[in-house]
Amino acid sequence: MSYRYLLRQTLIYMAVLTLALWVLIPILLIGISAFTPRQELYLWPKSIIPSHFSLETMRFFLGAHGVVRSLLNSVKVAVLTLTFTLAVGAPAGYAVARFFFRGREAFRLGILITRMFPTALLAVPLAVTFIRWGLYDTLVGVALIHTAMALPFAVIITTGIFMGVPKDLEEAAMTLGCSRFGAFARVALPLALPGLAAAAMFTFVISWNEVFAAAILTVRNRTLPAHIITTIQASPLDFRFAGGFFMILPALLFMFLIRRYLFHMWGGATAER
Amino acid sequence: MGTDTLLPYWLLLPTLIFIGVFFLMPLFKAVGLAFYGKDGFTLAYFEKMISDVRFFDALKFTFLFAITIVPLQVVTALAMALLLNSGFRGSRFFLYIFALPLGIADLAAGLIWLSIFTHRGFLNSILYALGIIDRPIHYLSYQNINYTFLSVVAAEHWRATAIVMVILVAGLQMISKDYLEAAEVLGARGWKKIWYVILPLLKPSLQSALIIRTIFALQTFAVVLALAGQITPVLAGEAYFWQFLYRNPHVASAYAVLLMVISIAMTWVYLRYLRSRTEVIRE
Repeated sequence: MSYRYLLRQTLIYMAVLTLALWVLIPILLIGISAFTPRQELYLWPKSIIPSHFSLETMRFFLGAHGVVRSLLNSVKVAVLTLTFTLAVGAPAGYAVARFFFRGREAFRLGILITRMFPTALLAVPLAVTFIRWGLYDTLVGVALIHTAMALPFAVIITTGIFMGVPKDLEEAAMTLGCSRFGAFARVALPLALPGLAAAAMFTFVISWNEVFAAAILTVRNRTLPAHIITTIQASPLDFRFAGGFFMILPALLFMFLIRRYLFHMWGGATAER
Repeated sequence: MGTDTLLPYWLLLPTLIFIGVFFLMPLFKAVGLAFYGKDGFTLAYFEKMISDVRFFDALKFTFLFAITIVPLQVVTALAMALLLNSGFRGSRFFLYIFALPLGIADLAAGLIWLSIFTHRGFLNSILYALGIIDRPIHYLSYQNINYTFLSVVAAEHWRATAIVMVILVAGLQMISKDYLEAAEVLGARGWKKIWYVILPLLKPSLQSALIIRTIFALQTFAVVLALAGQITPVLAGEAYFWQFLYRNPHVASAYAVLLMVISIAMTWVYLRYLRSRTEVIRE
């Protein structure tokens, strides 16, 4: 019996370790590539571990025309996006979590359906519209379409977050003399804050990673992914590796910070189907 | 009281306006751009799309990618979720590791796997070090289109399995312990328990994972561009080139509308096919 148990545990750990290595090794490899001296990247045969680690590739990437600017643009767009998304989506999430009203289920279904829209279907016509509105090639324009893409997630996530805040607490605050808004601001909001922060980071990552719409809606004011993809055919390998490495850094950091909330988000998303 | 019944609608209003302006309006506008030219209704843009030399290749590869990648992801994610669910020590730690690619952009994933599959990349270097090859293989070239295809599959499989895994883990957590205990009492253990008890109960999660992944797999774009350039064209990539390079929003919209129609059709197929199966199981 204990022999079978031991065998089972060994098999489980071997399978889990294999899968973990499959996830981690590519991330490690891009890290190695980004810190390999430039000329060694083009050697054949190339050693897997470089002779020494160097900042040359990263320096070349950051010094390349347009990179720092596009990096700053990416940060600005992502911050605008998370502001817009929470401002628009969180009230809706609160409404769905707290009230039973006519059309509630229809609204939730509608939100799920918007997730099925191909990005191309939003970005191509909006490029035409944005030219007319003066939003083409602006960071606000990109942030608006990123908000549209992040909004369904934000509504679903914030619904889950506010459902996790007991309604009784707010009602108790109201019987003790708080107004409806006061009860929300003093009781529900502080309790929901960590969850909302996680939702904000998730939104940041959605925007930071988005490439199709950002590339189509900009010419000079490109975000980092848009800059990389529009110059990809002409840029050397070391530039591309450094770019890939740079793109995943904040994303991995944020995902690590919000790891506890991942299941709130996706658990909530699936509970509705 | 009157304000309290209206309050939820006020809270929904910003979202509804946003959906109207940034989903419904582009939807109608895209259909308009795809079907209306200077002289009114026309199928000219669709004809232009279909008569393009790359169109059928793009259609073919889009479907080939989706039907290769999605089952691979579901099987891998299911293995991950069931392993994590077996509750070994440190499962939480591995859960976070498995979830890491959630934060990685499709473009970044393409670039990561480019460092592996490129001419003088890690794969060729390892094969050379092992003495399997003596000259680098061009995985990403028109001569080796099958390798190119598999490279994109490897990258997408790696990147987007995490989302399926998270959905399935969440689904597993919702399965009532009573069912599992009852199954064990009745003698279902190991594979039997997984096959006859867990999988049927996991069907709703599998369904949403399949729908979400298929829809996004049909839109595969940046991974393909980063790894394969134009060797394996895809529909979303064609929409991008028609808009970005050829400055033709009409044909780009035709591609976008086609993608939408395919997405809706696939969702319908899943809902219909998987639902009938679940009902059989419930009986």
